[in-house]
Amino acid sequence: MTQPAEPPELIRRFTAAERWIHRTTAALMGTALVTAAFLYLPALAELVGRRSLLVTVHEWAGVTMPVPLLAGLVSQAFRADLVRLNRFGPHDRGWIRATLRGRSHPSGKFNAGQKLYAAVISGAALVMIGTGLIMWFPRLTPLFLRTGATFVHDWLALLIGALVGGHIWMASRYPEARSGLRTGFVPRSWARRHHPLWERDQSADQQAVTASAPVRSSAESETDALS
Amino acid sequence: MTENADGEGRPVGRRVILGILGLGAVAVPVGARLQDATDGLLATVSSKDPTGLTGLLPGGGGFRFYSVADSIPHRSPADYRLTVNGLVDRPATYTLEQLKAMPRTRLVRDVQCVTGWRVPQTPFAGVRLSHLLETAGVKQGAKAVHFTCFDGVYTESLTLDQAGRPDMLVAYEMRDKPVTAAHGGPVRLYAAPMYFYKSAKWLSEITVTDRVIPGYWEPRGYDIDAWVGKSNGRDDDSTG
Repeated sequence: MTQPAEPPELIRRFTAAERWIHRTTAALMGTALVTAAFLYLPALAELVGRRSLLVTVHEWAGVTMPVPLLAGLVSQAFRADLVRLNRFGPHDRGWIRATLRGRSHPSGKFNAGQKLYAAVISGAALVMIGTGLIMWFPRLTPLFLRTGATFVHDWLALLIGALVGGHIWMASRYPEARSGLRTGFVPRSWARRHHPLWERDQSADQQAVTASAPVRSSAESETDALS
Repeated sequence: MTENADGEGRPVGRRVILGILGLGAVAVPVGARLQDATDGLLATVSSKDPTGLTGLLPGGGGFRFYSVADSIPHRSPADYRLTVNGLVDRPATYTLEQLKAMPRTRLVRDVQCVTGWRVPQTPFAGVRLSHLLETAGVKQGAKAVHFTCFDGVYTESLTLDQAGRPDMLVAYEMRDKPVTAAHGGPVRLYAAPMYFYKSAKWLSEITVTDRVIPGYWEPRGYDIDAWVGKSNGRDDDSTG
C-alpha cells in the first residue's frame, strides 16, 4: 500500500445523484434566466431576435425545472438532505446575525443561509411556474389575473436573478464547496471549519469505503487553488 | 451534548416555501392595481433618471424590442423599396424619396403592446395606406391587404376596410426622426388603433388579396382583428 504523506482527509458530502440533480437544475435555471434576459432587455433582444423560439425555450426550461428534484426523490441521500434543508435547529438561531458581524457560528451540513436560499428559491420558482403558466395559456384566465401574473413574474424574475447571482458569487468564494458539488468530496478540515455539527458525525469509515475517489478530488482541489 | 445537528428542528423551510406561494397567490389578483402604483412611481423616477436604467424595470415606460427574425435587417434609405402589388390596376415600386414626396400625415397616439406595455403619446409620420391603395387602384373582388417584411419572416394583414382608415400609416418617421433599424426602419407599418404587433416592422411589400391571410402571430394565438381594448381578451384604453 502506497499512502502519500498526510493527504488531506476527504469526506463525502454529495452522492452522484445529488450532483446530477444540482447540475440539471442549474442548467434549466441558467437557460430560463438567459432566455429571459434576451426576451426582456432591449439591447440583448436586438442581438438575437427569434422571439418565438426564445419564448418556447424559456417556457419549457421553466416548467421542467422541478423535474430533476422530483426524479431525485428516489435517492435516499437526497431525501435526507431535503430534510436537513427544511429543519432549522437551535444552532441555526443567530447564524444570520453572527455572519453579518463576521463571526463564525456552528452549522450542520447546511448553514441557515443555505437553508433559507433553498426555501426562497424553491418558493419563488413555483410562483414563477404558476404565473408563467397563466401567461402561457392566456385564454384560461381573465385579464386582471394575466396582468397581475405578468407583474409578479417580471419583478420576481429580478429577485431570482439577484438570488442566483448571490449563490454563484458565494460559490466563487469557496472552492472546497464547489469541489464538493463536482466530485462529491470535501476536505475534513474545511467541513470542520464551516459545518462542524455535520463533520463530527462523519466517521472515518466512510472515508475508507470511498478510497478511490480522494486521489482525483485532491488533484482537482489543487487545480482550484491555482486558478 | 448529544444534540443531533441535522434533520431536527422546526420545518422553517417548508413554511418559507408556503409563505412565498401564499404571497404569490395574493399578489397575482391585486398585481394589476400594484402595477398602477409602481408605474406612477417609476414614471416620476425615470423622468429624473439620466442613466435611463429605470426604463429597464417592469413598467418603466420604454419600448421593448420584439423581433421574430434572427437579426435586425438593415436596408439603407437609398436601397429601400416598397412594392404594391396583387389585385391592383397599377402595381408599383417606390423609393423612400418617392414615399416622402406623397402627402404626409403625422399622428400622435399611445402605443399599446398586446403583452401589456404602453408608451404614451408617440408621434409617427408617413403616407396613409389608403393613399397608396388609391394610387394603385384596387380591383373588384379585393377583400384584404397582406404585408410582407424584409426580415424574411414577419407578415401581417388588414381587411380592405381597416386599411382604408385614416389612421393606418406607412411610416418613415417615429418620434419625429427617421425610423431606426431596430424600430423597423427605414419604413414600417403603423396601425394606430390596433395592438402593436399589427404595425409590421421593415415593411417591403403590400399585396392586395381576395381574402385575409393571417399574419405571423395570428396562427400563434393573437387575434386577426386586433383593435386595442376590444380584442385578445384585453380591455386597454383605445388608441384609435
